[in-house]
Amino acid sequence: MKREYNITVFSENNIGLLSRITLIFTRRKINIDSLTVSESAIRGIYKFTIVVHCTEDMVRKVVGQIDKVIDVLKAFYLTNEEMIYQEIALYKVPTEALYDSDQVEKIVRDSGARILEITREYTVIEKTGHKEETQALFDQLNQFRVMQFIRSGRVAITRDPIERISEYLRERDAFLMNMD
Amino acid sequence: MNKSPGKISGSEAVILSLIEEGVDTIFGYPGGAIMPIYDALYDYGSKIRHILTRHEQGAAHAAEGFAKITGRAGVCFATSGPGATNLMTGIADAMIDSVPMVCITGQVTSPLLGTDAFQESDVIGMSIPVTKWNFQITSPEEIPHAIAQAFFIAQTGRPGPVLLDITKDAQFGELNFEYKKCTKIRSYIPEIPVDPFKVKEAAELIDQSKKPLLLFGQGVIIAKAEDELRAFIEKTGIPAAWTLLGLSALPTKHPLNVGMLGMHGNYGPNIKTNDADLIIAVGMRFDDRVTGKVSDYARKAKIIHLDIDPAEINKIVKADVAILGDASKSLKMLTGNVKSNSHDEWVKEFREADQVEYEKVIRKDLYPTKPGLTMGEVVKMVSGKTKGEAILVTDVGQQQMIAARYFGFNHSRSCVTSGGLGTMGYGLPASMGAQIAAPGRTVVAMIGDGGFQMTIQELGTIAQNKLPVKIVLLNNHFLGMVRQWQQLFFEKRYSFTGLTNPDFITIAKGFGIPGIKVDNREDLDEAAQTMLDHRGPFLLEVTIEKEDNVFPMVPAGASVSEIMLEP
Repeated sequence: MKREYNITVFSENNIGLLSRITLIFTRRKINIDSLTVSESAIRGIYKFTIVVHCTEDMVRKVVGQIDKVIDVLKAFYLTNEEMIYQEIALYKVPTEALYDSDQVEKIVRDSGARILEITREYTVIEKTGHKEETQALFDQLNQFRVMQFIRSGRVAITRDPIERISEYLRERDAFLMNMD
Repeated sequence: MNKSPGKISGSEAVILSLIEEGVDTIFGYPGGAIMPIYDALYDYGSKIRHILTRHEQGAAHAAEGFAKITGRAGVCFATSGPGATNLMTGIADAMIDSVPMVCITGQVTSPLLGTDAFQESDVIGMSIPVTKWNFQITSPEEIPHAIAQAFFIAQTGRPGPVLLDITKDAQFGELNFEYKKCTKIRSYIPEIPVDPFKVKEAAELIDQSKKPLLLFGQGVIIAKAEDELRAFIEKTGIPAAWTLLGLSALPTKHPLNVGMLGMHGNYGPNIKTNDADLIIAVGMRFDDRVTGKVSDYARKAKIIHLDIDPAEINKIVKADVAILGDASKSLKMLTGNVKSNSHDEWVKEFREADQVEYEKVIRKDLYPTKPGLTMGEVVKMVSGKTKGEAILVTDVGQQQMIAARYFGFNHSRSCVTSGGLGTMGYGLPASMGAQIAAPGRTVVAMIGDGGFQMTIQELGTIAQNKLPVKIVLLNNHFLGMVRQWQQLFFEKRYSFTGLTNPDFITIAKGFGIPGIKVDNREDLDEAAQTMLDHRGPFLLEVTIEKEDNVFPMVPAGASVSEIMLEP
């Protein structure tokens, strides 16, 4: 059965690594629905959050192949239920729309969004949430014409009390010590 | 070139780093972007032998042949652009067959990167999917560490090819040279220690099994686990079958060696896979050419899978017990945990299957009654005369399968063949690497007329370096394996598989290599003897019956139980 999986990859910060990882998906003709990369809590170690829609068998094999990439420290996958995740969306609407009625203000208030900037021409609204939520806000705001819209890739953290990579690095350091 | 005091050029650092890694042979082809490295190499002729191939693909395959015989990384050089792209087939071949290789390519000077400069191509980008690791060097200081990492990565864990792309300014630039071998990389664990609990679990299954079958692949050779494999099967009495790349890891005549798996493997190990109640897979990856239809594969068997690469576990066939780690260690631990046993009745079933195969296939292949020569009788002749002591190098196709079936081996690391990628044109250049790696041994290259013409220019390399390779050209004037499939599965519609061939003996003579052409059976023995007695390279061309086929055969997509013994 196909479903959504969140793949987390911890890696070194090396040129070409993103390409090496995405090619593993390309090779099996799997579409990447969302991809976010940035530095993790540990300096120099980067964290990828990759969202794909596929079978568990497939995601397991893909993660196994990502995990053996030389510059990858650790890769694992979890379902949406096992993670807390968010996306951020920015909406640019004509400032006029705020003058014409209190509708926009009401929508912003009800959806838990916030206003980042107001100019004479436009107002930028920000909302974080799941894709369905940011999409619902888009649909509502679009009654007043959304001039520009952008949604980020997903970021996700596990429901574990610990950061897996710290634990993993500890194990690995111990292992590498033993190799000497 | 003038150098600053205490400093050396990046190019010289490349050569010195290779020497630090124990490299004594490089296969390569110079060109604009790698000229500084070639210039530096000029001063180290006494320490490093450079073999100038006639095409970069030849350099890559030669490096593979060298690596397969020595177990050390083969090294090749090529220039940027077309030099590097020509290496790619060899790199892809090494990747899928886990061959350690370090490729060094020249690159345009770093300010020109990305500008479509002359002979620029994105070598890093295009080699990502076919390398275990690659890295672009743009400053001379990076050279020693990158080369140290390259050798560590290529030769440890599951081996594979790595590529270093070095810009011309990094080659010209200067550095204070200091070399330190790489022994660890934080993000890379080459092998996981064997889990003793998994070994115990596997040992229990082995002790309980009535019909166990061991399948072994190249992992046994890479891990140098030949003795451990032998000790394990001899203690347990378990019959063992090799994959194409496992060939020679166990002597052909070992009483528990039941032959080759796969599409053109032996009858016994294929059909018995579906009778076995336990499969012990060692250093093999359940390639589709081995399993046939996976849903009908090893239906009655529990699976124990020993492999160094965690990504291979459950990739194709689900393992009941997986033992990760180095095969020599895991096999040794397994042997210590199992009871002594014998499976004489079960082994007898394989020998009975051998009889069936002999009557239906082998007799016709080896003792043909029709006038046309068969590939099988040629392989048998050469194998018989070399008594299992020779190194066999094959190309790809019918001759490869026939050679794999009928060539005998006494020693491990005696077979060099392109398994995963099935690269036609592999045989001749790979034989050069094998011969250089084992100068004292007879190297026999079995090649078909199709594959021979893909890399025939390497006859020049063989002649120039006086490599005494014995080339056996099995000429049926066809792309034989494709023709066989057309005959069996495409209603004999021989679409573009016929070849009008040149006079190969004259071509070889043009390169300074003597040869004999054999058209009749009665001339074969003497010609083969002449070839083997000759001190230098030699071409033995044998005209083969046009429609000589390879059997048995598991048709593509069929179950191993559906193996065909005849058309």
